[in-house]
Amino acid sequence: MKEYHLSLPLSKEDVKDLEIGDVLYLTGYLYTSRDAAHKRFEQTLAAGGELPIDFTNQTIFYAGPCPTKPGRTMGSIAPTTSMRMDRYVEMTFKLGITAMIGKGDRSKYVADLCREYGGVYLLSIGGASAIISNQVKACEVVAYEDLGTESVKKLYVENLRVIVGIDTKGNVFQDREIQKYRRI
Amino acid sequence: MRIINTEAVVPVIRDLAIKACYELDDNVIDAYRKALKKEESPYSRDTLQLLIQNAEYAKKEQIAVCHDTGTAVVMMEIGQEVAWEGKSLIDQINEGIRQGYRDGYLRKSIVRDPLDRVNTNDNTPAVIHTEIVEGDKVHITVMPKGGGSENMGSFTTLVPGEGIEGVKKFVLDSVKYAGGKTCPPIIVGVGVGGTMDYCTFIAKKALLRPIGQRHPKALYAKLEEELIEEINKMGIGTLGMGGTVTALDVHIEYYPCHITALPVAVNLQCHSSRHASAVI
Ligand code: SF4
Repeated sequence: MKEYHLSLPLSKEDVKDLEIGDVLYLTGYLYTSRDAAHKRFEQTLAAGGELPIDFTNQTIFYAGPCPTKPGRTMGSIAPTTSMRMDRYVEMTFKLGITAMIGKGDRSKYVADLCREYGGVYLLSIGGASAIISNQVKACEVVAYEDLGTESVKKLYVENLRVIVGIDTKGNVFQDREIQKYRRI
Repeated sequence: MRIINTEAVVPVIRDLAIKACYELDDNVIDAYRKALKKEESPYSRDTLQLLIQNAEYAKKEQIAVCHDTGTAVVMMEIGQEVAWEGKSLIDQINEGIRQGYRDGYLRKSIVRDPLDRVNTNDNTPAVIHTEIVEGDKVHITVMPKGGGSENMGSFTTLVPGEGIEGVKKFVLDSVKYAGGKTCPPIIVGVGVGGTMDYCTFIAKKALLRPIGQRHPKALYAKLEEELIEEINKMGIGTLGMGGTVTALDVHIEYYPCHITALPVAVNLQCHSSRHASAVI
């Protein structure tokens, strides 16, 4: 397992040589967005409107956290199932994003899109939400507050640990790993 | 006859919702530890270790183990000698959930209508199952059920001739299709028999059985063991990162059914297997 400490935002150049299975520790700002916010981006664009965020070189974390308990910085947070956002991957790549953080395998075409746009899909650990909340040092709602947990939040993360799930060559981490242990 | 004011369930359900979301049962954490001994993949081993730390940390800090604090599934076994007085029992159950999700800083994940998708902002309504049983007690279980695993459940009605092999194939296909999306290692709840609705209900109830406990009937116990073995050969591993442990357990429940039918339901439970119970 190769390990890298990287600063956000990530440029296409920063991620070009990453390989599936590499472990990254990310520090800097990123945005949360999941089903409802992605849908709003799509509707806004379709209506010719402007998005509340400039996504150039940004990283989207598919996550909807718990409310923050008094005395803590961040409520429990971890990725949601990425596959539900597959339909929006091309849109967000066109908007300029470099990376997506989520959990679980994705449709085949997402690997093709990562290759085409030079972006990456990163895996965080679904359900390790109490521990991951410690890696978030600041949180601010920046759009769609009415969506509650699904609003778009700007997070400052410190050493957020992720694993490269799809690299810019379109290799898929889970496909490679599951193959190693499959006995039927 | 025992008369209970429905108000009595409110604080009980409030506390159960919070406890279930903050504290994983020792039975679950022990199962992670056992999985760690059997797991061969370094990625899955690291992740299992992280899950153990996460559960311990959440309990110590009294915060949610997983951010998806789910649909609040409430199961009540109500003794037939109990008579209720006061406000609507359903309203009081929902009040308990409302208070628990508010006071516990738990995520509100319920939309009022599946098509207009406006969040109710208090995680109500709960999904409520009641059963009438003997006695004068009320047994309450709150089971916060996350979307990732619930979404990958499945149901079919086989023809009786397909028998055990048909059941096996359907369960294995369901688990394989779910892959890493359900946050493995999973518990696989299987309902066999009944009607369509009852079959899915017993599949969910099967998830409440402690990990490691076999079905009392030899036929089902053997089927459970065979399924665990087959599932763990799939190589899915923790969070789908590849590995030798995909299921912590398989629990089957059955119910008599119609001569024409062999219903099978699969309800999957992610590693964050949360439920808490109390007796009134
Ligand atoms: S599937 Fe379970 S562990 Fe994974 S995010 Fe959902 S509730 Fe949490």
